Amino acid sequence: MRRAAVLGTGQTEHRTRRTDVSMAGLCREAIDRALADSGTDWSQIDAVVLGKAPDLFEGVMMPELFLADAIGAAGKPLLRVHTAGSVGGATAIVATTLIRSGVHRRVLAVAFEKQSESNAMWALSIQPPFSAPITAGAGGYFAPHIRSYIRRFDAPRHIGALVAVKDRRNGALNPYAHLRQPDITLESVQASPMLWDPIRYDETCPSSDGACAVVIGDQQAAEASERQVAWIRATAMRTEPTFYSGKDHVDPRAGAEAAAALWAAAGVKDPLEEIDVAELYVPFSWFEPMWLENVGFVGQGQGWKLVESGETALGGALPVNPSGGVLCSNPIGASGLLRFAEAAMQVMGRAGEHQVAGASTALGHAYGGGSQFFSMWVVGRNP
Amino acid sequence: MCVDTLSAPLTIAFDYTRSLGPVLGRFMAGLRERRVLGGRTSDGRVHVPPLEYDPVTHAPVTELVEVSPTGTVVSWAWREDPLEGQPLDRPFAWALIRLDGADTAMLHAVDAGSEEDINTGLRVRIRWAAERTGHIRDISCFEPATEDPGGVSPLSQAAADSGETPPVLIMTTPIRLHYLHTTSAEEDRYLRALAEGRIIGQRCPSCRKVYVPPRVCPACGVAPDEILDVEDRGTVTTFCVVNVPFAGQRLTPPYVVAQVLLDGADIPIPHLVLGVPADQVRMGLRVAAVWRDRAAWSTTPENIDHFEPSGEPDAPYESYREHL
Repeated sequence: MRRAAVLGTGQTEHRTRRTDVSMAGLCREAIDRALADSGTDWSQIDAVVLGKAPDLFEGVMMPELFLADAIGAAGKPLLRVHTAGSVGGATAIVATTLIRSGVHRRVLAVAFEKQSESNAMWALSIQPPFSAPITAGAGGYFAPHIRSYIRRFDAPRHIGALVAVKDRRNGALNPYAHLRQPDITLESVQASPMLWDPIRYDETCPSSDGACAVVIGDQQAAEASERQVAWIRATAMRTEPTFYSGKDHVDPRAGAEAAAALWAAAGVKDPLEEIDVAELYVPFSWFEPMWLENVGFVGQGQGWKLVESGETALGGALPVNPSGGVLCSNPIGASGLLRFAEAAMQVMGRAGEHQVAGASTALGHAYGGGSQFFSMWVVGRNP
Repeated sequence: MCVDTLSAPLTIAFDYTRSLGPVLGRFMAGLRERRVLGGRTSDGRVHVPPLEYDPVTHAPVTELVEVSPTGTVVSWAWREDPLEGQPLDRPFAWALIRLDGADTAMLHAVDAGSEEDINTGLRVRIRWAAERTGHIRDISCFEPATEDPGGVSPLSQAAADSGETPPVLIMTTPIRLHYLHTTSAEEDRYLRALAEGRIIGQRCPSCRKVYVPPRVCPACGVAPDEILDVEDRGTVTTFCVVNVPFAGQRLTPPYVVAQVLLDGADIPIPHLVLGVPADQVRMGLRVAAVWRDRAAWSTTPENIDHFEPSGEPDAPYESYREHL
């Protein structure tokens, strides 16, 4: 297969409200940084791929329409990607596929969310006629699945708090992160309000405005780059229904199958041994142990033990979310692309204070819907 | 087969806000002062409304120039029956209007009176809203310009800048849509059974699983066939204790939303578990439906008010572990 590589990345300062910029300005903040980071100018971009999470009024909120000129798509192909919370990951994979197909040399992928100006809160949406008025709020969808995980593997209750402390402290090393809490402790997380038992306040992601962009190039573009690139060794996407009889919400089949395909395509035999750093999509802290198992870093029931051992912290065997992850910044549409971009930044050696020393192989991971869409990539310092 | 299934109106609405950024913020501020600003792009053209980024060079657009509130109809379409939310409540023309000094046309309504009085080339001018707030709706509509002021030349950049008020930061755009929500044959059947105090499921002919409410099997993609009654009691598989208030909430926290696997069904339904302190709800708890007064029953799931403990011994984990 033709090779593809991330030439550069860019992201915004993620905040609760970015009222200083329009949606176009928000996207351009990330895009302009990605172009500069990759040493690319607009004339070299062959196509643009745009990702954004769903909105209540699909058909009214059409970003691909009103952003076309601002994101540089005039006179070029523009594709909109649309896979709920995983959309940022899927956006990067669509751009990669355009390169690997041999159609384009350099493709710009950009994803964003202005949560402060959207109605993206899927779980709080309208009540259609003939439906039961059973409302639990945003975390209410995921809390029961976390309870199922705890029960299935007899996980100690402090595991979620351990992840929250790690990610928030990591976020303090990331200048773009929305939440930067260097002084957070296990005690303070456990003292925070229990919102959706078993999910505490400090174990939930914030609601953010932000954008992320990456420039992906073919082998010739990558070899022409004066800076280290992140070679895309493999990508994978899988889908399953949100609800069906027998669906395993703790260990979703689509996630496990995507990971198996990813490792096979990347030639990774032992992910825990061969992957140096992982950016997993963890909107509620308990999803770290769940996804560690689902993507196959460890066996069933072993995820919480890896967390408890401290091996997923910076300096551990497998640092997870050194950027702070979704727990620190959650512009939904961009959150997946941020995971993919942060993985690339690690192997390019451009992750700043949250750099994992010597990282040469990294995983970017995203999921969305009711654990329905999964997208992942493996990037490396070498092809 | 055409089935006349249950249907009901559904209206959804949301007040979108939009941060305007530096360019559109100045444009909206201009409207408040009855001034129209266009943006000049690198090719020399003046866009109204202005673009935030130059489509050729991709650079931010910074040069705004004032154009005339009078212009020319480039093309039009007659609207005989205006809809809710449109600029006028009487017949009007949608028109592309190029303001004098602009190189692009903007879409707006022309209050022309009758279809005979609108034509391409017609001179029109802005009818300003009586109360202007720095919003696109400060332009109420356009009207035929009876007296053509003739060749108003755009003001200079300096003139435009000199009289400017601070940019508008944010604009609110209420959106409202009306739907007719129509149920599927399976949902219709389910709702009519509920009105009789029964809960029905349907079996997938392929995987044999019983879905409640009945639906096209999400795993097999085939329509369900066998219709059967399931019990109005079941097992809490997993649950969440809601401690947080949020928009649209009906109950006062804390309360429990549980996944309830009804006896005879192969997929749980979400429902409230009440009549027991939240901290005593547990996985495996056996619960029974509490129906509302029979006189209040209709074709709605709300006939079941909530579930509460049935008093039976807890179900063993193995009996529901495949449903988590």
